[in-house]
Amino acid sequence: MMIIKILGSGCKKCMALGENAKAAAAAAGQAAEIIKVTDYAEIARYGVMSTPALVINDKVVSTGKVLSSGEIQMLLTPAG
Amino acid sequence: MTEIFRWMNDQLLRMQWLSDLVTLLVRDVFGLDIATRIGASVHFFIYYVIKIFILLSVLIFSISWVQSYFPPERTRRILGEHKGIGANIMAALLGTITPFCSCSSIPLFIGFTGAGLPIGVTFSFLISSPLVDLASVILLASIFNWSIALAYVLVGLVLAVIGGTLISRAGMEDHIEAFVFQSPIMTGDGETPTRRERFRFARDQVVEIFQKVWLYVLIGVGVGAAIHNWIPESVITGLLGQDNWWSVLVATLIGIPIYADIFGTLPIAEALVAKGVGLGTALAFMMAVTALSLPSMIMLKNVVKLPLLLLFAGIVAAGIIIIGYLFNAFGHLFV
Repeated sequence: MMIIKILGSGCKKCMALGENAKAAAAAAGQAAEIIKVTDYAEIARYGVMSTPALVINDKVVSTGKVLSSGEIQMLLTPAG
Repeated sequence: MTEIFRWMNDQLLRMQWLSDLVTLLVRDVFGLDIATRIGASVHFFIYYVIKIFILLSVLIFSISWVQSYFPPERTRRILGEHKGIGANIMAALLGTITPFCSCSSIPLFIGFTGAGLPIGVTFSFLISSPLVDLASVILLASIFNWSIALAYVLVGLVLAVIGGTLISRAGMEDHIEAFVFQSPIMTGDGETPTRRERFRFARDQVVEIFQKVWLYVLIGVGVGAAIHNWIPESVITGLLGQDNWWSVLVATLIGIPIYADIFGTLPIAEALVAKGVGLGTALAFMMAVTALSLPSMIMLKNVVKLPLLLLFAGIVAAGIIIIGYLFNAFGHLFV
């Protein structure tokens, strides 16, 4: 099972990214758990400077952008 | 040559054509006399809302394009190459072009400080970033004039450099939460975006900032129209006039807890100045609203302890007040 984390303080952009990630996982037919990380200490642990950031299986794949679900799907496929 | 510049300044930047057009609209379509209070208020409101929205869209788009060349990772690398006050100056300058939203200020603070940048440098960046962005400069030039806009940038940068330097001197590193220093550092500048990605970033920024500030703009322009036409000049000058030595102080204190965007505050500042309030007082109000706000303080509280937070707020507030008095004393040189 894939673990997708959304790093961000809970602003609108983070929610949009979360929604897109969910849609991408569903479209790719991947079982994925989506976790929203809002704790600054934990965000800091990933070394991320612009939020929202997307983390797939503990690897930071994008920062400061709201990726579309299509773009997230492309990131999901090689990992799966 | 100066003729051309003046024409461009009046028509493109100050949008004289729009003012004329709105005059026609108010007079011939609404049937209101521009000289009456209601007519003048309606004109002020429509003219400023359209003008600010046009400027906002054009400016945010072009500035975001420039910003896409300066992601925070790159800014951090550049800052790491400078030492001492040079680093503070660089931080203040880069603060004007690095994309910044208050929701990103904490990860950015952690990213900078955790990477070993002196806290003073980080604070120089945090002061200049909301205070002096390129959009605000052009708006200031559009609503007041170029010399005021340039003077504003200059004092804003000086405040950021001095503020950051003072915070460095205070040696308050132990007032930063420990986890900040334990974060790993991602090196490199990140991936370079393609032209299409830059375009998308710029377009998204316009949409996003528009959604964020349109209400502030409407409120700000509404307050400006009210000040212009309904509140007697004696009340305004009685409260914030040049004769009162405490006017700058009051304006700053009123502005600190308020959170609004610079786009919303400019029409208020313009109306205040038109009513005889000192330029310094109006600018102090504007700077206090944009640079210091309760939401951003609460956010910073996550990473710094109270004494450092208070020092930061104190230095910035003091700086704004000094700038306000300086502009009141020398403001006649600019208007």
